[in-house]
Amino acid sequence: MLEGLLPQILVGLALVLLVIGVVAARRRRPSGRRGATRMKDLEAMERAGRTAVETPTRAERDKGEEEEGEAREQEGDKGEEEEGEAREQEAGPLPETAEAAAPPRPTLRDRLVKSRRFFAARLSEAFGGGVDEDTWEDLEAALIQADVGVETSTKIVARLQVAAKERGVSDAAELKGLLAEELIALFDSVELGRDRALAFAPEPPTVWLVVGVNGTGKTTTIGKLASDLSHRGKGVALAAADTFRAAADEQLQVWARRSSAQLVRHQPGADPGAVAFDAFRFARARGLDVLLIDTAGRLHTKTPLMDELSKIRRVVEKEGSVTEALLVLDATAGQNGLAQARKFTQAAGVTGVVLTKLDGSAKGGIALAIESELGLPIKLIGVGEGIDDLEPFDPKTFVDALLS
Amino acid sequence: MFDTLSGRLDEIFTRLRGRGRLNEKQVDEVLREIRLALLDADVSLRVVKAFVKDVRERAAGAEIHKSLTPAQQVIKLVHAALIDMLGKKASGLAHADRPPRIILIAGLQGSGKTTAAAKLARLLKSQGRRPLLAACDLQRPAAIRQLQILGEQAGVPTHAEPDAADPVAVAGRALALSRGEGYTDLIVDTAGRLNVDRELMAQLAQIHDALDPTETLLVCDAMTGQEAVNVAEAFSSEVEVTGVILTKLDGDARGGAALSMTYVTGRPIKFAGVGEKLADLEAFYPDRMASRILGMGDVLTLIEKAESAFDEAEAKKMEEKLRKADFTFEDFLSQMQALKKMGPMSQVLGMLPGMSKLPVGDMQIDEQLPRIEAIIRSMTMQERNNPHLIKGSRRSRIARGSGTSVQEVNKLVKQFDDVRKMVKMMSSGKAGGGMRLPGGLKVPPNLGL
Repeated sequence: MLEGLLPQILVGLALVLLVIGVVAARRRRPSGRRGATRMKDLEAMERAGRTAVETPTRAERDKGEEEEGEAREQEGDKGEEEEGEAREQEAGPLPETAEAAAPPRPTLRDRLVKSRRFFAARLSEAFGGGVDEDTWEDLEAALIQADVGVETSTKIVARLQVAAKERGVSDAAELKGLLAEELIALFDSVELGRDRALAFAPEPPTVWLVVGVNGTGKTTTIGKLASDLSHRGKGVALAAADTFRAAADEQLQVWARRSSAQLVRHQPGADPGAVAFDAFRFARARGLDVLLIDTAGRLHTKTPLMDELSKIRRVVEKEGSVTEALLVLDATAGQNGLAQARKFTQAAGVTGVVLTKLDGSAKGGIALAIESELGLPIKLIGVGEGIDDLEPFDPKTFVDALLS
Repeated sequence: MFDTLSGRLDEIFTRLRGRGRLNEKQVDEVLREIRLALLDADVSLRVVKAFVKDVRERAAGAEIHKSLTPAQQVIKLVHAALIDMLGKKASGLAHADRPPRIILIAGLQGSGKTTAAAKLARLLKSQGRRPLLAACDLQRPAAIRQLQILGEQAGVPTHAEPDAADPVAVAGRALALSRGEGYTDLIVDTAGRLNVDRELMAQLAQIHDALDPTETLLVCDAMTGQEAVNVAEAFSSEVEVTGVILTKLDGDARGGAALSMTYVTGRPIKFAGVGEKLADLEAFYPDRMASRILGMGDVLTLIEKAESAFDEAEAKKMEEKLRKADFTFEDFLSQMQALKKMGPMSQVLGMLPGMSKLPVGDMQIDEQLPRIEAIIRSMTMQERNNPHLIKGSRRSRIARGSGTSVQEVNKLVKQFDDVRKMVKMMSSGKAGGGMRLPGGLKVPPNLGL
């Protein structure tokens, strides 16, 4: 099939190799391969604790910025310093709500009933009788089917096997408790607990940038966030920086009305950086507390669009500081979620993840992989289409809901 | 996490070199790799199990080809089995007994239904048909508006009732309208719904019953994980799904959901969304998808593009030059122009097998290329044809002329020479799989050639 085309392919290939070779050499620094320090091993993760985990991500980001050119470098560094200071200022809004108001609406546990049912069915299969070879296999299968990923699932099961042996667990029910412990430990091991709160800037307006691939629920998440902030007496502005998708600004306008937030928008097709910048000045002039920037969904593989995100952040950071860049991730996402998290972190300096659509039967197991491999905390979860259906992410509740 | 499946299998077979046919244990090992690769590509576990079983049976009865390595044979087998499961060839829309042909679009939130509906409308219109869009997503704020705007862009009218509350009624009126006004197709956009939402799923069934559609297309995000089986199951038990539209295929997801979808529904994938523009809807090619799931890259698409971009006679000449390492900067420049016709470099690279593992996206190749071109264009014709002439003052002249540095010029000349040598080795078949590029990057073995 290919014989006739061989010359074309060979020439094309040679050119491609040449380009890769040349470009790679140009961009590669003499020391330190990209990603070489990325910590993958879960055990190492656990031992290393928070600072060590944060280092690779930061280093990677710095490196990315370094390569973008010098002007960018300076701005980036400055932005990060400010961000660092800012983050210590105030605790996030949502955990407060969770404690303060006893919610009349169904709990996450109820909402997760579907995913629980399925997962539980798998687990009861696994924990049906005594513990044997099949138990482990079923267990691994259950984790894989929750989108935890093969690598992470295998590790969890391996650790569980060791733990079960050590403690002499031979009863299936006990094993389940042990698994819950292990899963929670995975979230806790990265010790990002206190970072799950959303950070405010020392000087208002606080700016939160919301990013993600198409269709994950960015606009809806912003609507819910705005409503929560408004309820707690904060003045909120929304920037309709998704100027690409048809009627995205109108969708945001509906949410702005529902949540009594102010909307700043331009014409469709306008420069999103300009919208963000105008919105920032608007929020500052009006003395509003928080600015939420909605951005167009974009696939993480599209370099120009990812650059556009960097630009939005840069432009706002000329005068303010972006204290949160939230990646909105669909719970139905598979292993590609990791690639998304990586690329968006490089482009927009993601500080946390919002896991949406958890009210479906998707288990959102990719959240585990993202936390343990990238050290990115899951900060919020979306559990419905209603304006109040946004909750703080709590590993214990999450794991309990999955296993009970 | 894993290299490409072909890479992994190569590793196994290298270990097993020298032995003839595979014994059962080795087959198990190979199948394990296939299982992992498929799971990593987000094929649902249940589907993986069925698939591996199928491959095991095929392997037992397979003829041994002398010309293929064991790895190639297994890959071929797996590839064929994948294609069988995905549907053998691209399938279009069914014809209605009498117009209008009714196409119901359904799926989860954010899968891309509205965009897919508009793209489909545009496609049908471009085929000379007269489609009507119906906005039956009354759930999401501004969804109606979005469809109207996209409809306008596609030049297709949209039936919308902004104040209506019952999508079933809207669908019914849209149907009456399309019949009354002689539209050839009615494309009905619906609200995104979770497969576990009983109420909304029942509503979908009502819409379906009211319309009795020719096609009910389930829209599925190519990035979907294990959940794909549950979604496919729930939707096809509620309404008779006739096909799937796989969206966001322009990303780097391996798209295992495609396999889960076709396996559960037993229906073909009819279209693939490959971009944000309305024209970015393509027929679905099972063979390409099979390659993609296996991590073999989209070689066929690449070949197609190469065919249209390169002149065959010219390419033969170039190949000759490459083989003899006579390839010059001037040739490079002219071929690069041809290569550009194939699309952005980063995209072209993405289609090459194994290249997905290279940090291609991070290198900003498309931004770097103009610099490289500038350097070459600052050389005299003599220098381009005899790169070894480039020394001392010539270097600084070129650097000044191209606005780069002497170091950059140096590097380019050096890399160019290295790659020339490497390609010469490659084309004479001396080098085995997995060469090291000058930049320290590893070229994956068996680049599909």
